[in-house]
Amino acid sequence: MNIIANLFKSSLGKKYIMAVTGGALFLFVVGHLLGNLQFFLGPEVINRYGHFLQANQEILWPARLGLLVMAALHIWSAVKVSAENRAARPVPYADWHPTVASYASRTMLLSGVIIAAFVIYHVLHFTVQTKSINFTGQSFVALRDTEGRHDVYRMMVAGFQVPLVSGFYVLAMALLCLHLSHGIGAMFQSLGWKDEVYGPWIDRSAKMLAWLIFLGYVSIPIAVLLGYGKEAVK
Amino acid sequence: MNLTLKVWRQKNATAPGRFEAYEAKDVLPEMSFLEMLDVVNEELMERDEEPIAFDSDCREGICGTCSLVINGIPHGGRKGATVCQLHLRHFKEGDTITIEPWRAKAFPVVRDLVVDRSAFDRIIQAGGFVSVSTGGVPDANAIPVPKADAELAMDAAQCIGCGACVAACKNASAMLFVAAKVSHLGLLPQGKVEKDRRVAKLVEAMDAEGFGNCTVTGSCEAVCPKEISLHFIARLNRDYAVAMLKGRAV
Ligand code: FES
Repeated sequence: MNIIANLFKSSLGKKYIMAVTGGALFLFVVGHLLGNLQFFLGPEVINRYGHFLQANQEILWPARLGLLVMAALHIWSAVKVSAENRAARPVPYADWHPTVASYASRTMLLSGVIIAAFVIYHVLHFTVQTKSINFTGQSFVALRDTEGRHDVYRMMVAGFQVPLVSGFYVLAMALLCLHLSHGIGAMFQSLGWKDEVYGPWIDRSAKMLAWLIFLGYVSIPIAVLLGYGKEAVK
Repeated sequence: MNLTLKVWRQKNATAPGRFEAYEAKDVLPEMSFLEMLDVVNEELMERDEEPIAFDSDCREGICGTCSLVINGIPHGGRKGATVCQLHLRHFKEGDTITIEPWRAKAFPVVRDLVVDRSAFDRIIQAGGFVSVSTGGVPDANAIPVPKADAELAMDAAQCIGCGACVAACKNASAMLFVAAKVSHLGLLPQGKVEKDRRVAKLVEAMDAEGFGNCTVTGSCEAVCPKEISLHFIARLNRDYAVAMLKGRAV
């Protein structure tokens, strides 16, 4: 069997690609959350962390490229699999009952598309720091702390003080939570790492992890909207 | 009791289909769903109308021939039962019941509620067997089989190939069917020899028939009259990955 051809052509191969890339993106989501949560440890910690990431270009760019490849393959397999799935039932049921199929499992493509749109906005907002889309009227590039490092803390506070931006962020995280609540379990299933013993445990942990990730991420914009850190942007 | 049926009628594979309403009058709660259709068909024939075509054979849940989607659920939604084991006592007086055929590109409608499931036969022909060289009968117990493996293989062997998994899946995926065959034949010593080749061939044939991909919604497991577990699909994924990584010519 030709591994590469089978990986990209067969139905199961595409599910492996989807699962492995999804797993990598999931690990990034966890790592990024842990990094972000340093926001609550104050400006010094988060700015130092931001500076650390930016200062190591040799690590930063391979990581970014890796993530890009993972996202591209994840999206490619999703598009391909969805098109095949649609073609597999040309005449729909007049009266279809989803039985046990969860809402999350039936809307993976939709939640995925909205998350992808959010990621593009998010990168322009906080990474590229395009002034016109942050709705604060000020440029984030110019923000510097007393040690001359980029002031990530102030950028986060100023950025999330815009209710529209925070609202989109919370919505995207809710959809990410939905996506992961199905995706994490499905990842183990697609890679064949599920059975009677671990299966229920994996599904329960997947739901719990999805919730933790949601709560972790939204805690920052919600704290900012409630007034956290406002003295920094006075 | 009296029921209203909305039944899919379609002359042949190419003709467009539509729903027709029929009344099932004075049927008894202890009748099976298929017996009720027989009664309706007798009335239709008396009126010189075309009877509703539907598949059935054993009518005791073992052959996998009956295949109706009732109110959007293949086999009607009774846990662990085929539609021939569904009785009218599960419905209420005056209910309107929608009856559709299995819907999948790989299962084209032949007529009304009858679909062509030969795609499953072609999958089986591609590798769903154990090639046994004939010879002397081996001693019983000469081949040790762990009890757990035997149990698992027998669970998978329950599959009657009705295709409800395909019908229920939002992607019309046949993976539960293929997964059942892979574990049924691959877990026992006689079939283990061809395990890698079998899984590769079965998946290849499945893809060629135009079934969709599994997105782990669990619908197949929920409607399976033999309650084949979704975990068999995980085993299929594992077995295929192993065969692929071995990379041998299969
Ligand atoms: S007719 Fe044989 S299983 Fe229903």
